[in-house]
Amino acid sequence: MSDLQSPASTGQAGKATDEPPVKATAGGDAPSGPAATGRTFLPQSTLLRHLLVLAVCAVLAVLALELSSPYQNSQLATLSYYAIAAGGLTVLTGMNGQISLGHGALMAAGAYTTALFLDAEEPLPLPVILLAAVVVATAIGALVGVAAARLHGPYLAGATLALAVGLPGLAIYFHDILGGEQGMRVRAPQAPESFESFIDAVSGNSASSTKWLAYVGAICLLITYFFLANLVRSRIGRTWRAVRDQEVAAELAGINLGAWRVLAFVVSAAAAGLAGGVLAIVVRLAAPSGFTIVLSLALLTAIVIGGLGSLFGALLGSALLVFLPPFVTNLGGDLGLDQTEAAQLAPFVYGVVLIVVMIFVPAGLVGTIRLRWMTRKAKRAMARAGADDTGSRR
Amino acid sequence: MSRSSRRLLTAVAAATVASTLAACGGGDEGGGGTSAEGGENEASDIGVTETSIKLGAHYPLTGVAAPGYSEIPTGVAAYFECLNQEGGVYGRDVEFVYKDDAYNPTQTAQVTNELVLDEEIFAMMSGLGTPTHSAVVDFLNDEGVPDLFVSSGSLLWGENPEEYPMSFGWQTDYESEGKIIGEYIAENFPDAKVGLFLQDDDFGEDGEAGIRQYIDDQIVAAERYTPGNTNVGPQIAALQAAGADFVVGFNVPSYTALSQLTALQLGYDPQWFYSNVGSDPTLVGGLLNRFSEGKVTDAALLDGALTTGYLPTVDQTDNPWIQEFSRIWDECGGEGELTNYRVYGMSQAYTMAQALQAAGQNPTREGLVEAVEQAGSEWEGPVFAPFRYSEDSHMGTSGMSIERIVGNGSEVVQEVRTTDIGDAPIEEFDQEPATPPANAIPDEEAVN
Amino acid sequence: MDYFVNVTLTGLTQGMIYAAFALALVLIWRSTRIVNFAQGSMAAATTFIALALIQAGASYWVALIVALASGFVLGAIVERVIIRPVEGGPELNAVIVTLGLFVAIQAGIAIIFGSSFQSFPTPFGVRGFEVGDTTIPLTPTSLYIIGSVLIVMALLVALFRFTRVGLAMRASAFSQEVARLLGVKVGGMLTLGWGLAAVVGSLSGLLIAGGTFVWPAYMDALIVFGFVAAIIGGLDSPVGAIVGGLILGLALSYVSGYAPRGSALVNISALVILIVVLLVRPGGLFSSTTARRA
Repeated sequence: MSDLQSPASTGQAGKATDEPPVKATAGGDAPSGPAATGRTFLPQSTLLRHLLVLAVCAVLAVLALELSSPYQNSQLATLSYYAIAAGGLTVLTGMNGQISLGHGALMAAGAYTTALFLDAEEPLPLPVILLAAVVVATAIGALVGVAAARLHGPYLAGATLALAVGLPGLAIYFHDILGGEQGMRVRAPQAPESFESFIDAVSGNSASSTKWLAYVGAICLLITYFFLANLVRSRIGRTWRAVRDQEVAAELAGINLGAWRVLAFVVSAAAAGLAGGVLAIVVRLAAPSGFTIVLSLALLTAIVIGGLGSLFGALLGSALLVFLPPFVTNLGGDLGLDQTEAAQLAPFVYGVVLIVVMIFVPAGLVGTIRLRWMTRKAKRAMARAGADDTGSRR
Repeated sequence: MSRSSRRLLTAVAAATVASTLAACGGGDEGGGGTSAEGGENEASDIGVTETSIKLGAHYPLTGVAAPGYSEIPTGVAAYFECLNQEGGVYGRDVEFVYKDDAYNPTQTAQVTNELVLDEEIFAMMSGLGTPTHSAVVDFLNDEGVPDLFVSSGSLLWGENPEEYPMSFGWQTDYESEGKIIGEYIAENFPDAKVGLFLQDDDFGEDGEAGIRQYIDDQIVAAERYTPGNTNVGPQIAALQAAGADFVVGFNVPSYTALSQLTALQLGYDPQWFYSNVGSDPTLVGGLLNRFSEGKVTDAALLDGALTTGYLPTVDQTDNPWIQEFSRIWDECGGEGELTNYRVYGMSQAYTMAQALQAAGQNPTREGLVEAVEQAGSEWEGPVFAPFRYSEDSHMGTSGMSIERIVGNGSEVVQEVRTTDIGDAPIEEFDQEPATPPANAIPDEEAVN
Repeated sequence: MDYFVNVTLTGLTQGMIYAAFALALVLIWRSTRIVNFAQGSMAAATTFIALALIQAGASYWVALIVALASGFVLGAIVERVIIRPVEGGPELNAVIVTLGLFVAIQAGIAIIFGSSFQSFPTPFGVRGFEVGDTTIPLTPTSLYIIGSVLIVMALLVALFRFTRVGLAMRASAFSQEVARLLGVKVGGMLTLGWGLAAVVGSLSGLLIAGGTFVWPAYMDALIVFGFVAAIIGGLDSPVGAIVGGLILGLALSYVSGYAPRGSALVNISALVILIVVLLVRPGGLFSSTTARRA
């Protein structure tokens, strides 16, 4: 909610002058911190640095996928589509300050596009299909973004909430094409032979379809985050933050607020479309009941819990969505609950975790860690500055 | 739909399965019954140890679809608990692991991955829901996991064993049910102007297709509701406006109650006929009776409505199956009382016990599927009519009686008739209903 | 013609139900500038308390009063313990907290009361009135719903417009600093606002449940439509909540009744209606000010 930031910053204006990050928006501002210190780097080296991080992450991803069990592979595949969508949403909500309770609907657009293309007699190559999913979701996102750019706070929340509920309903109405309530089954695409030889060379594990889907998810995740990370550090990212934090100043500086808001929506919709495409092949189904309001709200909670505005936070929050419920259910079973009670416990614990994190770690997991680090650095710098010219100013 | 390309793929898959089946065809010759006779128990396949056999399932235990459906696994679990106390199957305890999918296919996929890859179940049984189970039917068949007795009357699980060789339906499919209802109306209410109240998915579609085979010219209106949209006023009003004096509902139980309450508001009083899924008289009647007391002077709202049946219901306290199931629920069940959902779960568990016995002392996944195909159509149990299981069909039970709801119970107005999908004829079914064996534990011969 | 009347009247009743829920959202928004997504499950919780009392033999009216009282206590506790720490922080955090509360309370209801369907009684009849030789879908119960909602709306308008407490509540929500300078006990006002909103929410829960049946998630569908109704009305205005609820209820009923396979179009229609209203008036129909910037 765009006008939500203002009470916070006025409320803490006093402190804000000597502590660089305002507590409340610290998560969102954090990326600009390193960027500011990194001014000495050339833009190209930002890209190079990101490429290096990408390479390291790719190695880590292969390690994670090869050292984990087939079930954990499937969990990582699930994680990948949540994280892709959450990454896009954190750009919108974290960087640009627009709330969306409707990204589940944009994921549905991507998922149905993927399902339709994979249903063809001779399906196109998977990358082309996923690209199509991105394009369709982007187009819808642009439409929604134009409407959303005019709206603020709860009005934007309400409109996107209605989107989350309304759009998947179309699949029921157009049941002849989109399969209606029971959805469109998706044949998981076959792994290419090179994949089998790759897995054989790396670990000798069996190249199951579950593993292939997990790799597809991981590759899409890495590409998305690489792209988003570069975007955020670019002029575009800085402009978004300006639109979020200093609306009037940005407008005076000649920035077309509406256009930049729409662009943010478009970028996050593209990510949601890709996430939907990955979801469709991992879940092997595109059905309205998979894109309920619960999905949209889950994405929002993921980015806030992880740390608003941070891609790593979005990843962390998504991990919570994937790993917490089975963990709680199994814990409940170990504590002697029957399986129904254990299943009911999972949403209860999830809700309580949301509340507790927001009360005690309001900047989210990543945001709070960053905040601590930056506060300490700022204090040290001030102490040093104070020691240098003691008395001279007073 | 790329049906043809899929078929090609699955034909190859089926051929592979067939050859594997042939290879293990000459397996052990374990005797029937529940105790190990001759030979040793071996860990013969994934999920089978010398002392246990692990089955899995997914149900909506939380969220919008939880009411009612979440009781089914408690019935299944109670039956297996009592079965285990009597020695299980070939001395193995049946371990039943069920997970919550909140009726969300995305979660169904996740918990099914957990069941198959982490819990390493031997077979899936009783997974509930058409959209939810659709998300995992490909995965289960690709992984070669038997997918028995899906809790949904969709045609998907049994219609085409070549496409899904591991999947089996269990309850009467909606199309066959529609046919039996259609024939009954044509014979007994030839002048009725029929309105259809349909859930807007395959459930309503299949049922409508079946009914229209018999009374297409009698139908004056077909109104559809979308699940989740609780205002059915416009739909019921439209049936009334079309002059329908006989309404057939293919809807879930909550919409039976909603349609009744809405009709009450509208002063609309046609002859109601609810398909089996929506007509649990104990549940719906219990919901509606409260409004009938005091404020509404006549008896229970559902009184006189027609419905279909393929299983005994809890109100039939003199039915030997219900008596056995009551005993099992008292001895091995949890809190609450025996409900029709729990009877449903126990009946599925009974069929599962038959399947496991038929699969022999050291069952394999392929052997289990083969056993159901070979012997399943002979099994007797709580269901009224035989299953249609064979190499060519994986459809569940084929027959239904027609009943009139009286109070919280029902009386039979037409004995069981059987049919099949497509243009298969409807036939009277004259076999005596089966009585439960001792302790309601089956005793099937091993087939392979 | 009969059909038109029927569709209109079912839409009217449904609209009043949306309005009841929207009123509670408006009340919380006016008193704390927070959209409470937990409103639905809080209302469900008090409805189940009332049901437990009724099943134990209490009369409907006793159960109603206890439910409203427990709603007030629940609302006040929630504000003091859970909302207070995030007040003044980024509002997104408050949104997440209310979402967490929504999930946790709903799960709690299922754990405590079970997740089966249970019928909820109504003190009035559920048969439509007879006009001439036809029955119209307007029942004593729906009159009870409509009457209650209108009375609550009138009380809210009076509270905000004519009483010092109402003024203080509005001041606290508008600007805590200024209100504090004017001697308003801001903390108390916020607690009071949540308590009152939870009372209205509880009432809406009971009205919706009356004469039909409940389960832990029975308010879910209303969270979206109630919220949309509140936004159409302008989120700030009790009268707007009623008008928004009625517009939505009637429009959706006409779509459902007249469009082919209309029931499947209801959700998308709610989106279209909302977008059209917001494109014309970005702050809703009854917004007193233009949308605030930043």
